[in-house]
Amino acid sequence: MSQLVRRVTQMVTYSIVPTLVAIAAALLATAAIVWISGAPVGGFLEAMLSVPGQRDLVIIVNQASMIALSAFAAAICFRMNIFNIGVEGQYIIGACAGAFFAGSGIVPGPLNILATLVVAMLAGMAWAMIAAVLNVTRGVSEVISAIMLNYVALTLAGYLVKTYGSKSGYTFTTGTIPPSSQPLGFGIFSGAPDVWALSILAVIVAVGYSFLLGWTRFGFDLRTAGESRTAALANGINPKKMVLITMAISGAIAGLVWMPSFFGSTHTFGIPEYFQRGLGFTGLAVALLGRNTSLGIFFGATLFAFLSTQSNRLQSVGVGRDVVEITQGVVVLMVVIAFEISRRVKARREQESVARELGATSEGVRA
Amino acid sequence: MRHLTKAAVLVGAAAVVLSACGTAADNDDSDDNADGQQCEAVELEGDPQVALAYDVGGRGDQSFNDAAYAGLERAQTEFGFEGTEGEAASDESEEVREQRLRGFADDGYNVIVGVGFAYSESVDKVAPDYPNVSFAVIDGFDPTEDDVNCNVAYLTYAENEGSFLVGVAAAETTESNTVGFVGGVNNPLIQKFEAGFKAGVEEANPDAEVVTTYIEESDPRGFGDPAGGQAAAEGLINDGADVIFHAAGASGIGVFDAVTSADLWAIGVDSDQYLTASPEQQPHILTSMLKRVDVSTYDFIAAAFDGEPLSGYTEFTLADEGVDYSTSGDFLPADLVTEIDDYKQQIIDGDLEVPAEP
Repeated sequence: MSQLVRRVTQMVTYSIVPTLVAIAAALLATAAIVWISGAPVGGFLEAMLSVPGQRDLVIIVNQASMIALSAFAAAICFRMNIFNIGVEGQYIIGACAGAFFAGSGIVPGPLNILATLVVAMLAGMAWAMIAAVLNVTRGVSEVISAIMLNYVALTLAGYLVKTYGSKSGYTFTTGTIPPSSQPLGFGIFSGAPDVWALSILAVIVAVGYSFLLGWTRFGFDLRTAGESRTAALANGINPKKMVLITMAISGAIAGLVWMPSFFGSTHTFGIPEYFQRGLGFTGLAVALLGRNTSLGIFFGATLFAFLSTQSNRLQSVGVGRDVVEITQGVVVLMVVIAFEISRRVKARREQESVARELGATSEGVRA
Repeated sequence: MRHLTKAAVLVGAAAVVLSACGTAADNDDSDDNADGQQCEAVELEGDPQVALAYDVGGRGDQSFNDAAYAGLERAQTEFGFEGTEGEAASDESEEVREQRLRGFADDGYNVIVGVGFAYSESVDKVAPDYPNVSFAVIDGFDPTEDDVNCNVAYLTYAENEGSFLVGVAAAETTESNTVGFVGGVNNPLIQKFEAGFKAGVEEANPDAEVVTTYIEESDPRGFGDPAGGQAAAEGLINDGADVIFHAAGASGIGVFDAVTSADLWAIGVDSDQYLTASPEQQPHILTSMLKRVDVSTYDFIAAAFDGEPLSGYTEFTLADEGVDYSTSGDFLPADLVTEIDDYKQQIIDGDLEVPAEP
């Protein structure tokens, strides 16, 4: 029992308090920027701290689910010390492949949903494997190749949709999901649209992520290889194999990122109106913000979704929408700083308590 | 009490409008796509309050969005209202776009313009919930043709006609018999520019060849990528092009840079780009194909103030000066201007058909 109390106190002292302080500091810093730019600071703070309406809440939940999926894809690589900046490209390819498959209606009814998820995961995985294989066999930095592959993915998706899709207004799109394969959402408010059914994927992936990393031999190997590849090698873990597997899992999760929106709202794929870009990059920031933990990622994803959703409100009080991105960037920065400070404080306190106990024993010995 | 009566009248009017829509959709005999014809004008509640929702880039892009703002400004001086504005982000979701429009409507704005075709879907979803708000989408289209919203106006342009005229200018100016076209994004809208331009070149100088390149396949960033525009233009210059027409929004600045350093010609787009170009670039901007987004924005707002809000498709063509070409800088010789004006008249008179697809 006292163990639990201590853990909770530790979490509050070293995680929650620094986070809240960091967010407050970020808001103040952004308010200063708003003030310098000559926009109304009062309006900014009011808009940022206002309670979202029902429709906004639904959007926040939906968006948070996609951001969280993207963050888990990034986080599993972070734990292995790989910087998978290619989540963006992987989820574009996953979305495109999934949309073509679902729209074709090869598999009937609700089974189409499941099959589409598998196709999207495989496509995302395949795209991630390009960077992984280049890294393992040729020593190409995964950061460089993945960044390039992000551009290739976007262009390839655009080309495929243009070649094999159909024209809708000025945009080319894939076929629409047959109505029998469109899942119902979770109705929370009667006056607002449903929360997307596949938002639940974020929860499933979160549970799987925590279990995989914390409770399996593979998770242990992954974290070990992440700490030190040489140490891992010395302990019989093949780092190259670990890179391949980790990237494969990451790519598969990335393939799922856009699926909640696809099945919940757009039902077709086409850039720019029937797709949402940039989630891969947001996921990187949120994984960083959430310190690669499930709870942290959910918190970060919700915060980012909340901030983006407030952008309309900001504009109505005369503050530019770029301020939202500034806030998001400053939040990440502040959280990194706050956690570094809290880590040092924690280390010093531990050293002090160890020294005190050591001092006590050594004095005891001397006496 | 007066308000109540007014409200009753409005509800009644809305019912009439809605039922009119119903029959229009049910009959489904209007193959000519003039859906708006069967709608009655939207009844606005109170005075018109105008809101503009910009596309990615927003105000200050020296191109598309700024042209819409110019139309708003003109209407503001004429009718005296304040208005509000909002702007899209390149990676926002469809839902956030919808919320922007709902936010305007909930705040009492009843004349709402979505600048750019990306608002088509959002407006289509939001409009039915606000029957007494008049919406417009610039470059817009109705994604659900069999379910028409009577309170939505789609403002489109005959970009191919304007591009035809600058195509003639390019064909008569080129010395290498090769002219270039840089598109921002390879979508059917920009292909319309390409098609008209090619037709104009072909008409005026059958020996000339048109080389074409697009900056992006589908990514709207192709409209905001000057470095990409420059690279694209340099590629065309390597292919021998000495006059380059761009339809690439803010990426066009890169095209201007490329022709300036190679001492060749460029043709601007949307607004009269000679006027906003830097002094180094100015001597290289032959002409601009004008797409008068300002005119249509103003027309739409003015119609609302006149109590006759627009509805359905309205195409702005050469005939009503919705598209045109510019002569700023006086680089076009007088006989060429006469030739272009002659083609212009032929198009207006219907003697010359300009293709809309390449």
